[in-house]
Amino acid sequence: MSLDLPGFADPVLGAQRAFRAVLDAMSHPGRIVRVGEGLVSPAPLCSAAAACVLALVDQDVRVHADAEAVAAADWLRFHTGTTLCGLAEADFVLALALPDLAGLAAGSDDAPELGASVILQVAALGAGRRFMIEGPGLAVPAAFAVDGLPEDFAGIWAANHRRFPRGVDLILCAGDRLAALPRSLRIREV
Amino acid sequence: MNGYNFAYLDEQTKRMIRRALLKAVAIPGHQIPFGSREMPLPYGWGTGGIQVTAAVLGPDDVLKVIDQGADDTTNAVSIRRFFARTAGVATKTHTSVATIIQTRHRIPEQALTEGQILVYQVPMPDPLAKLEPSRAETTRMHGLAEYGLMHVKLYEDITRFGHVSISYDYPVMVNDRYLMSPSPIPAYDNPKLSRNPALQLFGAGREKRIYAIPPHTEVRSLDFDDHPFRTTRAPHACDLCGDDASYLDEVVTDNQGGRMFVCSDTDHCASRQALKEAAE
Amino acid sequence: MAYVAVKGGERAIDNAHAWLDSDRRGDPAVAEIGVDQIREQLGRSVDRVMAEGSLYDRDLAALAIKQAQGDLIEAAFLLRAFRTTLPRFAASTPVETAAMRIRRRISAVFKDMPGGQILGPTYDYTHRLLDFTLAAGHTPAPALREAAEQAVAPRIHDILGHEGLIEPDVASDAEPFDITREPLAFPAGRDARLQSLARGDEGFLLAMGYSTQRGWGGTHPFVGEIRVGEVLVEIVPPELGFAIEIGEITLTECQMVNQFAGSRTVPPQFTRGYGLVFGHGDRRAMAMALVDRSLRASELGEAATAPAQIPEFVISHCDNIEATGFVEHLKLPHYVDFQSELETIRRMRRDVEAALLQEAAE
Repeated sequence: MSLDLPGFADPVLGAQRAFRAVLDAMSHPGRIVRVGEGLVSPAPLCSAAAACVLALVDQDVRVHADAEAVAAADWLRFHTGTTLCGLAEADFVLALALPDLAGLAAGSDDAPELGASVILQVAALGAGRRFMIEGPGLAVPAAFAVDGLPEDFAGIWAANHRRFPRGVDLILCAGDRLAALPRSLRIREV
Repeated sequence: MNGYNFAYLDEQTKRMIRRALLKAVAIPGHQIPFGSREMPLPYGWGTGGIQVTAAVLGPDDVLKVIDQGADDTTNAVSIRRFFARTAGVATKTHTSVATIIQTRHRIPEQALTEGQILVYQVPMPDPLAKLEPSRAETTRMHGLAEYGLMHVKLYEDITRFGHVSISYDYPVMVNDRYLMSPSPIPAYDNPKLSRNPALQLFGAGREKRIYAIPPHTEVRSLDFDDHPFRTTRAPHACDLCGDDASYLDEVVTDNQGGRMFVCSDTDHCASRQALKEAAE
Repeated sequence: MAYVAVKGGERAIDNAHAWLDSDRRGDPAVAEIGVDQIREQLGRSVDRVMAEGSLYDRDLAALAIKQAQGDLIEAAFLLRAFRTTLPRFAASTPVETAAMRIRRRISAVFKDMPGGQILGPTYDYTHRLLDFTLAAGHTPAPALREAAEQAVAPRIHDILGHEGLIEPDVASDAEPFDITREPLAFPAGRDARLQSLARGDEGFLLAMGYSTQRGWGGTHPFVGEIRVGEVLVEIVPPELGFAIEIGEITLTECQMVNQFAGSRTVPPQFTRGYGLVFGHGDRRAMAMALVDRSLRASELGEAATAPAQIPEFVISHCDNIEATGFVEHLKLPHYVDFQSELETIRRMRRDVEAALLQEAAE
């Protein structure tokens, strides 16, 4: 049972720091930022994923937890007041394996902001499969490595990017580090 | 301040704004509706910028607030005091040391750097509103990237006046997708919007919209091949610091047409004057 | 004249506030007005400020009126800014206006009905002659409060409803939209529109309602009923599971009966326009009911051509806190933009003058 785990030691400043880290990551795609250091996270979540959840999720949004992440459902409900929902209805998807991006809310042409955010826990950032990424937030194309994405990720992402401004955004978490891949990004494997 | 949360807004409101900000960064230039709150300052006086700053600000930040480029204009003073009071953050006037700069109507002269955040106060976030008052209709036009109306307006300007007559709040295309209002900055500042290493966030409180330009993002001021975008500034040098490239305010000195010209960016001007004095 | 930068903004603000403080107090030889005096003796101002300030608290509204020197929009703004910081403990169950403890209840569509016509404390039939005895100080004669003893009066619309003559008012368990938490998109739902109108500017609502009477979106209204009085406010705490009373508020409710909707297959029925506002405010409630009905034009298959029939126009402009902020922001410095306009107009004038000179030379 994970209910007895605390949230941020200082809820106001903890949330602010975690948000700034995510904002930094989203503004600089592929940049690896530290977040949630010292946060005791509920199994199976890493502290970065837990910090994202605490900073961004509350009763005003709906969350889908995948088959593995759902083990932290009690913690999630207790600390955020959110309700769990199906994949297609979710504002946030909390996952340990990349969900079918085409099955998530992608928003509409008028309201693309309704596309989901995926908080995806991966094995490692800065190691593993290598990609070149380019788009807003990057002065020049940059290298990015991540361990824990499916083999055909570049193709999956291309389909997500193709429907821009609709689409979903990815926050990759490993340990106390995260990196973000906004939908505006072009990604190819190298 | 007793009885109020850090930076005034409650945590649920901050989360709502933070979520909107992340989506704004992911969809550069797209206006995101948000549950703008009633602030203790009037609508139209920076409530959008204040809400964005309040959602972003932390105790380690250094905040600079400018209005018309100046740190000492009354509304800038008032907003700076608001955050000093509600968040206890350090406030500075030097552009280079600020981590967050809230602005109305200007982009600082000094180039911004990676890691800085520029927060714009926005009165009318939709550049199409002047041509089509219905937000329901303009939302549809943005959805379809249907911007012909704006091109027609600019072209009519050119046929009537010889060139585009918009001198501030000059519409831009962000990342080649969204038509965006840069807020009422002078067109002189428009080139600084593009490929800026700082993160640019825009808040419109009364109109309840948030949008963003991520760092290094391409921002193009609308123009035509035969009528390229150009900026204007008063063709003078600053009478205080001598800068002949900065954006100038025209100050009336007498009733006989007397004028002097001074930098609108007070920090830029003061820094240059200090350098000059040190050299002498 | 030497150049004097507009420095010292801090000092200027402090000085302005100090001056305002003493200006508010007025002549110190005159007794200071008490918040209790405002609450008790300027009740209609208090009602309006609570309505537009979107917060039911007579004492705070009175304080806001004192602080704003009687500027009611400024006072409403003070309440709004305070309201936004309050935690939300619960949402009330819908108030039951049929069970209102009535002070005033009139109908223009029936001569008499169960519960009767009760004028209550109204200015309606006063002759608008300045009463100089009030200036001298005045103790009113005791009033006969006929209404307070009255039994519950059924709503006129329910009487019409028995015969099916008026469109039904369908109850809903759906969570209503909250205009204070979510951004509106147009066309907004009726719940969002009614919330906006309930706290809209009284002058704006009045003008919009008036315009419908003059043919700009006519709705042919009758006042089915206006009732003023006290209703109970109840909440259902989740841990209890049943309703408990948390207080009592004064409301004015107006039900307008408007011309029919119907077709060959649906028997014609009168349609409703609804107004419900904090405090005693016939004018506000009636104007709201007129505008509510006119905003239903599209829903009822009428051509929406007049301003009062266009939800985006009415709802976007009815809020006087938003309106006053944006109108008054024009007094903030705009000299940077004005400078860019100056340069542009000078350049354009130079271009034209050069062209004229060239023409003259040729």
